[in-house]
Amino acid sequence: MHEPAAGLTAEKIHVWRGDRHVLRGVSFAAEPGRLLHVYGPNGTGKTTLLRVLCGLLRPESGVVRWGTEAIETIRSDYQRAMTYASHEAALKGDLTALENLRYAVGLKRRVADEELRATLERTGVGPCADLPARVLSAGQRRRVAMARVLAMRSALWLLDEPYTNLDAKGGELLTALLDEHAGAGGIALVVAHHALPLAGAVARLELAA
Amino acid sequence: MNVGVARGIWLVLTRELRLGFRRPDQLLQPLVFFLIVTTLFPLALSPLSSMLRAMAPGVLWVAALLASLLSMETLFKADADDGTLEQLALSAQPLGAIVVAKTIAHWLVSGAALVAMSPLVATALSVPERALPTMLASLALGTLTLSWLGAIGAGLTVGLRRGGVLLSLIVLPLAMPLLIFGASATDRAIGGEDPAGALYFLGALCVFTTSLGPLAASAALRITLE
Amino acid sequence: MWTWFHRLASPPHLYRTAAAWAPWLAFAAVILIGYGLVDGLVFAPPDYQQGDAFRIIYVHAPSAWLSLFGYTLMAVAGAVALIWRIKVGYAVAAAAAPIGASFTLSALVTGSLWGRPMWGTYWAWDPRLTSELILLFLYFGVISLRKAFEDPNRGDRASALLGIVGVVNVPIVHFSVYWWNSLHQGGTVMRLGKPEMPGSMLWPLLAMLAGFMCFFGAVLCVRVRAEILSRERQSTWVREVVAA
Repeated sequence: MHEPAAGLTAEKIHVWRGDRHVLRGVSFAAEPGRLLHVYGPNGTGKTTLLRVLCGLLRPESGVVRWGTEAIETIRSDYQRAMTYASHEAALKGDLTALENLRYAVGLKRRVADEELRATLERTGVGPCADLPARVLSAGQRRRVAMARVLAMRSALWLLDEPYTNLDAKGGELLTALLDEHAGAGGIALVVAHHALPLAGAVARLELAA
Repeated sequence: MNVGVARGIWLVLTRELRLGFRRPDQLLQPLVFFLIVTTLFPLALSPLSSMLRAMAPGVLWVAALLASLLSMETLFKADADDGTLEQLALSAQPLGAIVVAKTIAHWLVSGAALVAMSPLVATALSVPERALPTMLASLALGTLTLSWLGAIGAGLTVGLRRGGVLLSLIVLPLAMPLLIFGASATDRAIGGEDPAGALYFLGALCVFTTSLGPLAASAALRITLE
Repeated sequence: MWTWFHRLASPPHLYRTAAAWAPWLAFAAVILIGYGLVDGLVFAPPDYQQGDAFRIIYVHAPSAWLSLFGYTLMAVAGAVALIWRIKVGYAVAAAAAPIGASFTLSALVTGSLWGRPMWGTYWAWDPRLTSELILLFLYFGVISLRKAFEDPNRGDRASALLGIVGVVNVPIVHFSVYWWNSLHQGGTVMRLGKPEMPGSMLWPLLAMLAGFMCFFGAVLCVRVRAEILSRERQSTWVREVVAA
């Protein structure tokens, strides 16, 4: 971690989608070193919540704070401290795994190719570094996305269903990485349908229908 | 270490160019479209060179407008479909800078390529050589302006399923002043008159859209990315 | 002033205000348009060049004016809504767009009807009519963009932004079309509307203009009420209104 993490707090987030009141006053606080497991049935706004937290979606009412500041007021600082991984792997099929990381991570911090290769190695897709992302399997793409999250070195991870498509080993690896992240004082919000087999303490945030 | 805006723009620009050249067929399609449309007119109207010369500015400009529109739809759509647009929007770089980089890269591979090909088409339409510099200048300014207008339209329609037709519906009326000044500059140059007035207006439009286009397009993207 | 503005921004308040204004505006519109029609079509002297054909100006000019006014109103309402996040602004913009587009169409139709006796053809690429036509296209863009979004919230904001871009473009279109016309026609065309007009012709025109404005206002009030009802259909006050 480059800088000590601030805490992430959400205060009474309300979001409407057309006639649907998707988020009804969601509040929580996550201090550094905290893992937050977001769960709930389909259609209860888990993805919507993550999109609000990363600043893509402005809530109807309510505030998201990073430290003491509302995230809209410190947009670029917040974005530097945060990494969002949507439920898609978000890779360009025509670029290699390495190039994908080079552009995605390179916009946030200066990074050398060797470091990116090492990170890909770490998530088990080292040999795929120079293959175009379109030939990779869904699980491999997910691992590349995991490497991207890791390489960003952000204090805050917002992960939308990161366990999807991962095999047993991949799941264990992700769990280990999350534990390590929290151990180093990072914060992670993880949307997942099953219980997280994490070593450290996990707070649970349930979204109800 | 933080990444400055200039480096951010450079990175996105090289990313776009690299992506573009990995799919050369997609780069060529609008250019071939431009060629085909300009071929239609002599066939439909008349191959007489006096007639061709009279209609050349209009044909060139309408074809350029349509060809640019054709490629405009893909500006944000591919990135929105695979989720990388969100990553770009959350990359700690100003969204306006990303729009600038993407639009300029897009202009380089579509607009500038079209400008480079236009003398060929112009010669086929019996445009005299003395009119070529004016035509090139007007098309260069025009296609760049059009790229900014297209960026606004593409930003507004990026999440929509049938965005392509709507994009034309939105951008074409905005582009009409462009067509008027561009075609008239070329027309005057062919007739041996001074085209400076029309070129100045084109230049003014280009400066105007270059300064406000990124603002409007990034505001549009913020809305459609939600 | 500021508190007045803020109260107007509350949907139930605007809903009631619009209900109160609509009949008065409609009444004023009937009186003014009635006077304008009788005086303009019957009592005003025929034009020395155009004869009775000029009388279509009593419909054409107010329509053309309201087509621009409607677009500007739509853009301003959208901008207010975007900048200050005042939601009723979107309702006003959505309500104004079709009315403005209708007046644009009316200006085009009356203009081309006038063109038949004057130019011998229904359409002669007169600069004023051409820029009206482009304005109609701009309206179409804004209206269809709003409808294209499944999420009405985003549709509102996207079309508000397009409205602002369009309103910046309108003077450019207007100027470039006049420039284009002077290039091709040399400025000898007979234009609809004349700079100097005797009072006997002018008064009914002004009355028609004011009457059309009131008519626009009345229709806008009705449409804004409908927009607000449908947008706020989940809220308790609308349920009470509907139940009553």
